[in-house]
Amino acid sequence: MYTNRKYYEPYISPFDPCKPIRMKSYSTPPNLYLGFQPPGLEQFSPREALKSGTLWKVFYDPYEKNKEG
Amino acid sequence: MSHKQLPKEYYELLEELQATDFVLLELTLYLDTHPNDIDAIKQFNEFAKMRKQLKKKYEKEYGPLLQYGNSYSSYPWNWDDAPWPWQV
Amino acid sequence: MWVYEKKLQYPVKVSTCNPMLAKFLIEQYGGADGELAAALRYLNQRYTIPDKVVGLLTDIGTEEFAHLEMIATMIYKLTKDATSDQMKEAGLGAHYANHDRALFYQNAAGVPWTASYIAAKGDPIADLYEDIAAEEKARATYQWIIDLSDDPDLNDSLAFLREREIVHSQRFREAVEILKEERDKKKFY
Repeated sequence: MYTNRKYYEPYISPFDPCKPIRMKSYSTPPNLYLGFQPPGLEQFSPREALKSGTLWKVFYDPYEKNKEG
Repeated sequence: MSHKQLPKEYYELLEELQATDFVLLELTLYLDTHPNDIDAIKQFNEFAKMRKQLKKKYEKEYGPLLQYGNSYSSYPWNWDDAPWPWQV
Repeated sequence: MWVYEKKLQYPVKVSTCNPMLAKFLIEQYGGADGELAAALRYLNQRYTIPDKVVGLLTDIGTEEFAHLEMIATMIYKLTKDATSDQMKEAGLGAHYANHDRALFYQNAAGVPWTASYIAAKGDPIADLYEDIAAEEKARATYQWIIDLSDDPDLNDSLAFLREREIVHSQRFREAVEILKEERDKKKFY
């Protein structure tokens, strides 16, 4: 499944003091893949747009709470 | 005014206004970089018209949204009536 | 000039009395990548940038003030009824000693806001790249505050603000493209 969240495995030393986080991740928001916005992209309704923080669906990027990694 | 609790309808109308204004704000930023998108300009003008009516409706019930003459005042001067946006 | 509108851009609700969240949120009030710095950065750059992107800087700069008011609202609601003991437990004892419950332009570690947070190089590309970086840094800060917060209503408003950073980043990237070429009228020499 495609996701804008990217993952990497950091080096783990046997002498790391905390329990290692094996997989780290970071967001790459959808606008990074769009380039100059083309006209006529699909929109949210006004209420949905307000709730989503964007009028255009292509930019919508819900953030998942991430307590580790 | 400051002891008066706002009715449920206040929050509904406020959110309708916020949603309409949000479309206008998004179209504003879009048009700043896409000045020739005629469909977006049409949509902008439609929403600007709706916004005008919503402002009228909101201000009739809950007082002026803008001042310096961008809204009318009733008597006595009601611009500085509580609640302020961070208090509601 | 500016005209104040007596409403928030987006509804701000806070569900729990947790003043510690105010201590974290103040990062976006008076921190390096906060809303005050953003508003002042963009509005200040307008005077030395090509006319074609002045409108965008004006409009995004103005929206940042609406975000500043949202952050202020969150902090206000989280602290207005907190006792001095609750402030102390929340790590806001030092803040209380100096400011009571007054808001102050400082970051989450108590460092006062400074103009050195705002770069103004006078080179359009350097300044717009600065703006794109500022939006990404603000987006990241919102992510870290959402990670720290267990208040669902507060996180809803923070998710809105994070999404706005993405849209602003998009527009600033488009502004760079506009400065690279005349998109709409081709010039022939």
